Amino acid sequence: MSILIDEKTPILVQGITGDKGSFHTKEMLDYGSNVVAGVTPGKGGKTHHGVPVFNTVREAVRETGAQASITFVAPAFCADAIMEAADSGVRLICSITDGIPAQDMMRVKRYFLRFPKDRRPMMVGPNCAGIISPGKAMLGIMPGHIYKQGSVGLISRSGTLGYEAASQLKALGLGISTSVGIGGDPINGSSFLDHLVLFDKDPETKAVLIIGEIGGPQEAEASAWIKENFSKPVIGFVAGLTAPKGRRMGHAGAIISASGDSAAEKTEIMKSYGLTVAPSPAEFGSTVAKVLQSA
Amino acid sequence: MDVHEYQAKEILASHGVDIPPGTVAFSPDQAVYAATELGGSHWVVKAQIHAGARGKAGGVKLCRTYHEVQQAARDLLGKRLVTAQTGPEGKPVQRVYVEVADPFEREIYLGYVLDRKLERVRVIASKHGGMEIEEIAKNTPDELLQVIVEPAVGLQQFQARELAFQLGLNIKQVSRAVKTIMGAYRAFRDNDATMLEINPLVVTKDDKVLALDAKMSFDDNALFRRRNVVDMNDPSQSDPREAQAAEHSLNYIGLDGEIGCIVNGAGLAMATMDMIKHAGGNPANFLDVGGGASPERVATAFRLVLSDRRVKVVLVNIFAGINRCDWVAQGVVDAVRAEKIEGVPLVVRLAGTNVEAGKKIITESGIPIIQADTLAEAADKAVAAYKGAK
Repeated sequence: MSILIDEKTPILVQGITGDKGSFHTKEMLDYGSNVVAGVTPGKGGKTHHGVPVFNTVREAVRETGAQASITFVAPAFCADAIMEAADSGVRLICSITDGIPAQDMMRVKRYFLRFPKDRRPMMVGPNCAGIISPGKAMLGIMPGHIYKQGSVGLISRSGTLGYEAASQLKALGLGISTSVGIGGDPINGSSFLDHLVLFDKDPETKAVLIIGEIGGPQEAEASAWIKENFSKPVIGFVAGLTAPKGRRMGHAGAIISASGDSAAEKTEIMKSYGLTVAPSPAEFGSTVAKVLQSA
Repeated sequence: MDVHEYQAKEILASHGVDIPPGTVAFSPDQAVYAATELGGSHWVVKAQIHAGARGKAGGVKLCRTYHEVQQAARDLLGKRLVTAQTGPEGKPVQRVYVEVADPFEREIYLGYVLDRKLERVRVIASKHGGMEIEEIAKNTPDELLQVIVEPAVGLQQFQARELAFQLGLNIKQVSRAVKTIMGAYRAFRDNDATMLEINPLVVTKDDKVLALDAKMSFDDNALFRRRNVVDMNDPSQSDPREAQAAEHSLNYIGLDGEIGCIVNGAGLAMATMDMIKHAGGNPANFLDVGGGASPERVATAFRLVLSDRRVKVVLVNIFAGINRCDWVAQGVVDAVRAEKIEGVPLVVRLAGTNVEAGKKIITESGIPIIQADTLAEAADKAVAAYKGAK
């Protein structure tokens, strides 16, 4: 098992004919992902990398039964693309796009509330590397070969720091059930908590590594939930111990602007809720290995 | 992106928020002329910088005569003002705002922020304006008033009215406060602000409600549709290296350590800085060259990092995904040759796709580059090189 995606998940690519969309569609197909449709308004009726292209998401879903989408859409138009996917019945929307205005994301999240809870889409990102269930499917832009199939769940705000963790795990012979990049923006489609809930129910996942960073409340929120509800060991880390206050560290959401935003505070919170914290970003792999051995 | 007080007030005024009459001035003579044009008998001359706590730092001067206005402007312009929020180097004062100073009876706090937890706009108000919100929250937390805006419909009049009554205003003041609260909300929403603070919002004897000070920050991701905000940008207020980096769409933030960092990805860049600290060194900067890490970007990154004289060692940490290590390695080698980087030890850690080919390119280049395989090794070697170079 894995969470969110596997080799059967029918995938639709929004913005399939653009440079990035086209490149990564090829990568996803090569990895074994079941890409069934693409959408680019005005390019309907063509095929791209052997995948049929449609003008609208609704049409693509009707014709191909796509259930998950990935957006390679420019920031100015991305909120619209996400809402289009949601409205067409796509249940998993992964947005790679970096640069969506925060107020647009606020509207997207509000729009999702119009769907009853059991039909509300799960959104991953924006500004993320996507999702990979190693050996099965990739819905993202990561280098697939650095991930080994296995039993560690990985959730990371940062893309490259997630790569770092995956390769450290692989070097120790440890594999991943699913890796989710939740993105570096201030308003995310989904949080650590949303994916922890799924990992909790996934029998293949034996432990979860969550990699946070400065800014925002979601590491603390997840840690509190873990203590009360989560049955598997969780290893945590928060990047940005050396980040100055009030400065945006690359990611739009990585900024210390309120109490509880700093890496030191979040690390303390994680510890206080019983998470094992990796002592440094060079020790993701070894910390997970230690925890798995003692479990 | 931040703007000056007078610019924030311009935006607020255009959305129906009342402000005291005022004019921006770039010289002492202009300041005097502004005062004569504005009329009145008392003026404040305020240093315009992208930071608060100006009053306590001597950046706001009350003047009773034109001569005092001229003197105040002369004292402020061309200086660097150091406040509790600027850091020790302060911010350059190139503009002052001359404003009519009329007496007021009450000071109120009014703020708007995009709340990340709620994913909504939160309006905060307090009877106790004129001091920092942190101070208000600490001293009188029970009197902090809040309203959450439902994004589908926006702020409603009744919410503003409730706030106004809770602030203890009389009925005449309430209707003006409602206009202010609604107008400021529209200013926030229609300009993609992330923070708006009117502190203090003052109430005068004749029941006027005026924004006496104003601060606004805007969402960088939304600037593409806010030309009016972009036009207000004042590059003098940011670190010149950061401004230069922004021109090349690199994310650079200067710190005060000795080990310069060039990394791809914001999270990995932060983790690399943390790792340097962990190894006993201090990072000189945050620099994310982005997923691309093309040779041109790497070369620009080297120039930026080395423009900081404190930098004694450069650490390059690239986790190549879609971009292969051999391509990145060639970029590093080319940049080192083109930029003639000498006398600064260079530690390079490559990982990910085609890592062996990348390392080979670096080894065969003949450039004395210290290579590392892991993040820990890279940080250790960079710190050791710094200690050796010292």
